Amino acid sequence: MQSDWTFIGLFLIVGALIPAAAIVVSALLSPRKPNPIKDSTYECGIETVGENWVQFKAQYYIFALVFLVFDVETVFLFPWALSLNQLGLFAVVEGIIFIGILVAGLVYAWRKGMLEWV
Amino acid sequence: MDFWSNPVKFLDDWLTGVFSGWGMAADAARVLTAFVGILVLITLVMVLDIFLVWLERKIVSRFQDRIGPNRVGPFGLIQPFADIIKLIIKENIYPVGVDKAVFNLAPVLMMMSVLLLWAVLPLTSFLGLDLNVGVLYVIGVGALGTVAIIMAGWSSNNKYALLGSFRQVAVMISYEIPMVAALLIPTIFAGSMGINSIVAAQDTWYIVLAPLAFLLFLVSATAELGRAPFDLTEAESELIAGHHIEYSGMKFGLFYASELLHAFTFGGFIAAFFFGGWRGPWVEAYPALGLFYFIVKATIAYWLFGWIKYTFPRIRIDKMLDLNWKFLVPFAFVLVPFLALMHALLRETSFYALGMFLANIALGWATIEILRRRAHGERAKVEGAVEMHG
Repeated sequence: MQSDWTFIGLFLIVGALIPAAAIVVSALLSPRKPNPIKDSTYECGIETVGENWVQFKAQYYIFALVFLVFDVETVFLFPWALSLNQLGLFAVVEGIIFIGILVAGLVYAWRKGMLEWV
Repeated sequence: MDFWSNPVKFLDDWLTGVFSGWGMAADAARVLTAFVGILVLITLVMVLDIFLVWLERKIVSRFQDRIGPNRVGPFGLIQPFADIIKLIIKENIYPVGVDKAVFNLAPVLMMMSVLLLWAVLPLTSFLGLDLNVGVLYVIGVGALGTVAIIMAGWSSNNKYALLGSFRQVAVMISYEIPMVAALLIPTIFAGSMGINSIVAAQDTWYIVLAPLAFLLFLVSATAELGRAPFDLTEAESELIAGHHIEYSGMKFGLFYASELLHAFTFGGFIAAFFFGGWRGPWVEAYPALGLFYFIVKATIAYWLFGWIKYTFPRIRIDKMLDLNWKFLVPFAFVLVPFLALMHALLRETSFYALGMFLANIALGWATIEILRRRAHGERAKVEGAVEMHG
């Protein structure tokens, strides 16, 4: 197991080095002739208006909240799924009850109108 | 030891022996060998990526009734190399107000997130790590690409890029749930989270046992990959190019290449989870043959992504989130307990595969029937409203 994670660590290093090398080589070989027109923000051919860092819709935040609940819960389902073959029918019923509680949460969010894009 | 039964192990032992012969400590020799092996694997993956560019262009031209690249080399095979040389010698433009460090890191992280997935991709029975948290690793590393997209969108100092990355976040956090649920099902069947173990456990392909889980995975993977009809991040008609709008030269090339490689990698995971991965005739006698089967299956799955991409029109963001939260998520939470129950009930019986398949068909039919009735009701409501105002 230890060596598996060493392997992943090495993969991380090599996986970052190769694309980085591509960018460095490109930076060495490519010309550099900046001018104000070329460096302006690209937007449909007209000048950009106002602040470029726009605010995001509050709706994204709501979806993130709903997601957070579900993602944590689904991770809890993995140990259950792993040992299902050994545990048999009783564990399946327990899992169904757990998922039932999750679905109740989804129904609540739905009824409250959290899932509408406004 | 026989070379063909496990060539990787053979070369590994040989190279470790060579390094030890130079007076290196045993652990250091092993790590250095692993490093060389990974370097070779990733280089081969990048070469594969170059051919994917060619393959993608050929697929899209066939779907659009064109011929595609056919001038440079036989069948235009040298075309992507010419493209790469062009991209490398192109100027790197830094638009005003760009956060340079993040701007340069984003394409590297994007490519890295895809390459990391190849650590667990079961190419053959002896290649590809069998991590005990393999499935979670796929989900976690898959989400890294989204971080890269946010970095690209935020650092570009461009409204469209930023809007594109907001959308990508919404899509990623939504479609992650059906994807996790779809991956629960192979985990239940195989009783393992290691991807190579899941492949090894597939005496019957899981597409037979759980065709609905395959469809769920296909849809959510398409959304995670940001490919049409779910490519709202890029949405040429609204956001020009989304997160990579301000990128030029090789940095744009990395975004483009990582998108294609990501699709191929997920094609590989589809092959591994649902189509028996490296399994096929005579693979027990010649394990190296598994690589051939795997590449063929992954390419077919990749072609399937291409087919979807060039057939369906792009959908709107509110419809897309509706599809996820009001259909895929409830469906996933019915599918998982249903299949778990059927699996527990039928596992010991002789008609296991047939029973599972029929159970899937029954659930699929029930779902379509419910959707049909609902759509009928909605349509009646809309038509009633039109008549009242008309």
